[in-house]
Amino acid sequence: MKKEELLVAALKNGTVIDHIPSELVFKLIDLLGLQNEKSSVTIGYNLESEKIGRKGIIKVADRFFSDEEISRLSVTAPNVVLNIIHDYEVVEKKTVVIPDELHGIVRCPNPKCISNNEPMSSFFHVINKEQRLLKCHYCEKELNV
Amino acid sequence: MHSLVTIADLGKEKILSLLASAARFEAMPNRKTLDGRVVATLFFEPSTRTRLSFETAANRLGARVIGFSDAATSSSSKGESLKDTIMMVSNYADIIVMRHHLEGAARYASEVSPVPIINAGDGANQHPSQTMLDLYSIMKTQGTLDGLDICLVGDLKYGRTVHSLIMAMRHFHPRFHFVAPTELAMPNEYKLYCREHGIDFTEHTEFDETLINAADIIYMTRVQRERFTDLMEYERVKNVYVLRADMLRHTRPNLRILHPLPRVGEIAYDVDDCPQAYYFQQAKNGLFVRQALICDCLEIEG
Repeated sequence: MKKEELLVAALKNGTVIDHIPSELVFKLIDLLGLQNEKSSVTIGYNLESEKIGRKGIIKVADRFFSDEEISRLSVTAPNVVLNIIHDYEVVEKKTVVIPDELHGIVRCPNPKCISNNEPMSSFFHVINKEQRLLKCHYCEKELNV
Repeated sequence: MHSLVTIADLGKEKILSLLASAARFEAMPNRKTLDGRVVATLFFEPSTRTRLSFETAANRLGARVIGFSDAATSSSSKGESLKDTIMMVSNYADIIVMRHHLEGAARYASEVSPVPIINAGDGANQHPSQTMLDLYSIMKTQGTLDGLDICLVGDLKYGRTVHSLIMAMRHFHPRFHFVAPTELAMPNEYKLYCREHGIDFTEHTEFDETLINAADIIYMTRVQRERFTDLMEYERVKNVYVLRADMLRHTRPNLRILHPLPRVGEIAYDVDDCPQAYYFQQAKNGLFVRQALICDCLEIEG
């Protein structure tokens, strides 16, 4: 067992989101809507990490995220890992996959785009996953994330 | 029934069938094809030229027209959302022609509206009926769209009509000649688009007779003063891209000059009397093209 995992309660069933850059912990909570989570959530940040220096970690009991929910992290934190825990064991490690479409995640940088001027969600097509190149569905402007 | 938002949505066969339909409307523009129908023209941004063309197209087909010509006279001035305006108007009209100052407005409207939307311009983004009338004018004057030498002159950076024309011509093996001052040169994304689609192009900063004499179509655009950060530079280049009658002495006999209008000074008035001048007929062609587009979106035989 790793040292930082001793600092927080072990999880029987649920998800551990690991390798979060510390400064993005609260952004991720927002993206996943965990403010309204009913089950127990453990949040850690500024934990030591060999990989990224200082990392954050979020443990959510009895909660498993859908692929759609995970894809919401693809722009902000593409390198986080989700450990799926059953009966104290990691049964699966999920990485974030950038989806073909992003709905309501990225704001269009074009102030004259309709999506910034109407009560509506933004909508981007991912046109190149390696280059992380997006194209606004509405104003057709391209964006690198 | 379907909407028309961007020229990029139209394939080669569709473009050709719309042009054939426009030719049939030109032969007989007054029909009762849309008798009993209601066409709404919603111009959130004023554009008298485009609005009159669409409204004439609808009227000549026997439709009734409702709408507004300026957002100040519509409820969007009270803060109503675009969606709400579209939902209201779609209760009354069979099809909506809209122009909006925001980019992507027509795409969004087409996704919320139960009736077809025709994009009559959404900010700097798309204006497909302009592109279709450009294609129709090229087809009509050259007898073909295939394998032509097309000079695009003036503001190639911000001019959406030239960008859409390149995309629409991708099916027809054109050779483009881009003529613009460095500040207003064709953006890289469109040059990349040409390379990806195997479209030949050359780039020039001088607009001279060598180019003119080797062209089938010269497409002039306005060089706008407000596009320049350096006004000295504007003063220097504004007269470089002016077409005068004495430059048209040795052209190909089939050369025609197009311009989306309005012009300010880039085509001298003495060109109007040359046989190569075609910009006023080009605007007239817009009527037949718009008749074809309205009928096509309503899926009514035109």
